[in-house]
Amino acid sequence: MQELINRAKELLADGTVARVLGWKAGDLPYNPEPAYFETEEDLKDFVYNGFCGANLSKYMIEASKLEGKTMVCLKPCDTYSFNQLIKEHRVDREKAYIVGVGCKGKLDIERIRKQGVKGIERIEGAEITDDAETLKIQTIYGEKTIPYADAMLERCHVCKGKDHMIFDEQIGESKETKDAERFVEVERIEAMSPEEKFAYFRSELSKCIRCNACRNACPACSCRKCVFDSNKFDSSQKANVDSFEEKMFHIIRAFHVAGRCTDCGECSRVCPQGIPLHLFNRKFIKDIDELYGEYQAGADTDSTAPLTDYTFEDAEPSIVGKRG
Amino acid sequence: MPLENKEFKPKIVAFCCNWCSYAGADLAGSSRLTYPADVKIIRVPCSCRVNPMFILRAFEKGADGVIMCGCHPGDCHYSTGNYYARRRMTLLFSMLDYIGVENGRTRVEWVSAAEGVKFSETMNSFVEKIYSLGENVRLGDLRCKS
Repeated sequence: MQELINRAKELLADGTVARVLGWKAGDLPYNPEPAYFETEEDLKDFVYNGFCGANLSKYMIEASKLEGKTMVCLKPCDTYSFNQLIKEHRVDREKAYIVGVGCKGKLDIERIRKQGVKGIERIEGAEITDDAETLKIQTIYGEKTIPYADAMLERCHVCKGKDHMIFDEQIGESKETKDAERFVEVERIEAMSPEEKFAYFRSELSKCIRCNACRNACPACSCRKCVFDSNKFDSSQKANVDSFEEKMFHIIRAFHVAGRCTDCGECSRVCPQGIPLHLFNRKFIKDIDELYGEYQAGADTDSTAPLTDYTFEDAEPSIVGKRG
Repeated sequence: MPLENKEFKPKIVAFCCNWCSYAGADLAGSSRLTYPADVKIIRVPCSCRVNPMFILRAFEKGADGVIMCGCHPGDCHYSTGNYYARRRMTLLFSMLDYIGVENGRTRVEWVSAAEGVKFSETMNSFVEKIYSLGENVRLGDLRCKS
């Protein structure tokens, strides 16, 4: 982290960048938040640790409109989103100075809490430089330890790899944390009967409070005018919606990013209700992979997205019924 | 109003492209071929015009089945529209299946302007399918049900 701060200070001092986009410490040890730093003085609040899960590439849409360059800290998986935004001409590559920061898997405070850890005062072992495989958590009830991997975000268990797809320089070591298959959960749901599927999604989606966090955090959801903000659309206000509109919102949200979703997992991470929203996105990714060939959005900046492309031999929609 | 055992009359929405399927429906009519009156046709400029939201909206407002008809692949009036529609609808139908909506309630059929017979047969078989599936209770705004 110190190396990152020193480099940020240098870049600010020599005028290469006008501001730094990173994370600043929150009031608790586990809630750093995205922030801009414009002076050396500001950087005293800069923090980068295992809880810095936020994907900063989306902030570059606005930062691209500002005067001067912005130094942005991107983790390996965030660079896919950045590439995708370049492809869609949403960010200006010239306005970004990308520092590829190391990552060894990001932590999920909810998963820590689920393991019965309450009253957290201090967490050790969440720094990126730490080699320790366990987290030492000081709580008001005494010290607890849990394995690092057990506290990781779901998305880190299906890590896309430790390589940055795009960067100006790299600071820190990354580690691939993949230890599960990406489509296991999707396949589990696909194998259910229609009644079970419906019951499962009804119970998950009924938790939705329409806070729009999933949409706002998603780097692929970058429209300036969103269909869900229209007052013609009842679900723009929670009071008016019924259970179906909840579903419609989530299907359409996922559909609008189909073929462009890099599977960064921000939607599920930011959901205050803990809805596994990535299951919708992954279903589309799985279908695209199976029907139109494997495709990883954001792996490059010039390929054609699956839904803006076609072949004469594409499967007919009736294949859905045949696959069972 | 007292509750009574009403006979199930499905509501079926058919999106038909202006150049092929709508003309196909026309031909079915002028050839005196029959198809059920439960089918309500909505004319669209091209099958590619059908936004996934149209289909969801139709279900929301009480449709029991939605069918989309367009020119045969390769015959699109705008050359490529139906190729894009084909990918889009495949993904949407797969998603609807994934959240537990019976797959039989959605269908895509390619009907050309010369295929009045196919249009009538398609609609007859689709309506039959919807009768067998019954009322769409999983989707739909309950406030729209009578």
